[in-house]
Amino acid sequence: MAVLDTASATGVLPAGAGALSPGRLAARRFLRHRLAVAGLVMLALFTAAAIIAPVVIGIDPNQVTPTAVRRPPGAEHLLGTDSAGRDVLARLFIGGRISLLVGLSAALVSTSIGLALGAVAGYFGRWVDGFISRIADVVLAFPSLIVIIVVAAFVGPSLPTLILSIGLFSWPTPFRIVRGLTMSLRGQDSLVAVGGLGAGPTRILRKHVVPVVVAPLTVVATLGVAQAILLEATVSFLGLGVPPPTASWGNMLNEAQSLTILESMPWLWLPPGIAIALTVLAVNFVGDGLRDAADPRQAR
Amino acid sequence: MTAFVIRRLLVSLVVLVGISMLLFVLLQLMPGDPAEMMVDPMSFSGDRAAAVALQRHRLGLDSPLPVQYARWTGQLLHGNFGYSYTSGRPVAEVMLERLGPTIWLMGTALVIALLVGIPLGILAAMHRNSAVDYTATVASLLAISLPSFFVALLGIYVFGLKLRWVPTAGMNSVGGGSFADFLHHLILPAAILGFALAGPYVRYARAGMLEVLGQDFLTTARSKGLTRRRVIGRHALHNALIPLVTVVAIQLPVLFAGAVVVERVFAWPGMGRLALDAVLARDYPILLGFVMAVAVLVLLCNLVADVAYAVIDPRIRL
Repeated sequence: MAVLDTASATGVLPAGAGALSPGRLAARRFLRHRLAVAGLVMLALFTAAAIIAPVVIGIDPNQVTPTAVRRPPGAEHLLGTDSAGRDVLARLFIGGRISLLVGLSAALVSTSIGLALGAVAGYFGRWVDGFISRIADVVLAFPSLIVIIVVAAFVGPSLPTLILSIGLFSWPTPFRIVRGLTMSLRGQDSLVAVGGLGAGPTRILRKHVVPVVVAPLTVVATLGVAQAILLEATVSFLGLGVPPPTASWGNMLNEAQSLTILESMPWLWLPPGIAIALTVLAVNFVGDGLRDAADPRQAR
Repeated sequence: MTAFVIRRLLVSLVVLVGISMLLFVLLQLMPGDPAEMMVDPMSFSGDRAAAVALQRHRLGLDSPLPVQYARWTGQLLHGNFGYSYTSGRPVAEVMLERLGPTIWLMGTALVIALLVGIPLGILAAMHRNSAVDYTATVASLLAISLPSFFVALLGIYVFGLKLRWVPTAGMNSVGGGSFADFLHHLILPAAILGFALAGPYVRYARAGMLEVLGQDFLTTARSKGLTRRRVIGRHALHNALIPLVTVVAIQLPVLFAGAVVVERVFAWPGMGRLALDAVLARDYPILLGFVMAVAVLVLLCNLVADVAYAVIDPRIRL
């Protein structure tokens, strides 16, 4: 919010906007972004579907039916069945839960780490900053997919492992944002004054740095969710992510590596693939909209 | 400049040692015992435990970890990355064999991405808010959002199975080994990898161009009567393209990760597939060699990008 405050103080906002609060203005900018609103609606629908639909359709996604293997879509199974005779639609909904869960939790982990380390590095500077920044460089330079695969192989694939390893290897982006902002804030007279009044680092960071950082951090975190969903799907596709029998959009596509399935059973691989694509697209749309809303100077 | 390069090289070296130690310790903690896996349970009728112990001794797995690490780095400095647990062949030899196909795949993908992504981004910036801009923005967002394995499967389905334009897997046809045949196998995986890579290039090229277009020296260039062609071609482009050097370096990890996936889907005999197979077979030496190779390549490319940046842009002082 404080970012917006400074924006209005420096007179960047259009004339006649004085009656609206910065938050309302940001919301207005976001809503003008048609794709972002569409993305938000899509995400809301997906989330609702992931939560409610498994209960409504009432089919156990892990129910193996050896007599109904690889059935094409029909009245009984709307999206057909997979190689173990499990209902594809039911698995699609449960897979959505997993994808959203992993995406949100992993982004939460990476954003929290990025916020904490970024604030510390930006505030204390010197060798503390040098040390943390170097680590961030290394983590950023390394292909996270490869590290996650190696970790998954050595701890064994599981949901918590997946969330933690994605989170632990995606923090440098939020870190850099927070570090940069903290550094520039640190030099400002107001923060020097607050320090002079006797506020310690913890209070300064919590009361004067974190509120400023929240808006840009939200944007990065949103894009981080998209990234995490993609990573989860990829790792699961390679067979090193969400372990079976739990359905995930990625591991549902794992089967499609056989040319027979690819060619003649599109109901097995098209729905989860399209679901991943739409979800990530929707999250990215929302992220773009948030970016424009958070930064009035970069109006389109 | 020289001092900068030397300092960066030293930092990179420290980073490499750090990575190697971390990975070495991590990989030792992996479940699954390679010595156990190498003793065939069927053929061995005698004392199995003794056979496993012998195998473990042969692999040097019975020494303390620091000793194993020292032995490994010592060998590394002699260009010896150890021996694969699964095939028994030298790691360096196995990796070199896979390096060629990977470089072909990644190189072609990079060229495709640059040739498509940058002109598209610049075009979008020049015709802001036009149909071109809108198309480029949506296309780049698609490239970023679509999982590469799904695009790869779609590509195989459409171009390989339905249209039958290209082969669906491998690097050469059975029996055939001509260069044209190789290129025929290369084009689809490279295009798919390039597509994923081009997304960010479009965005950065567009943003860079937009920023430059709004600057005063371009107004000056225009007002002194230069043609639009000259203003864009010489003054704007030159400045907009500088940051892209860094972008290419930053996107390298994406290229590596993408290569792992694409190689897997297309059964392309490159380093990525080697690494995946090594993970599944718990072939530590191969895995360590691969990760180190990626680390060296990434650090080196970042260094080259930093130096190139300074060479292209005289405003940057190293």
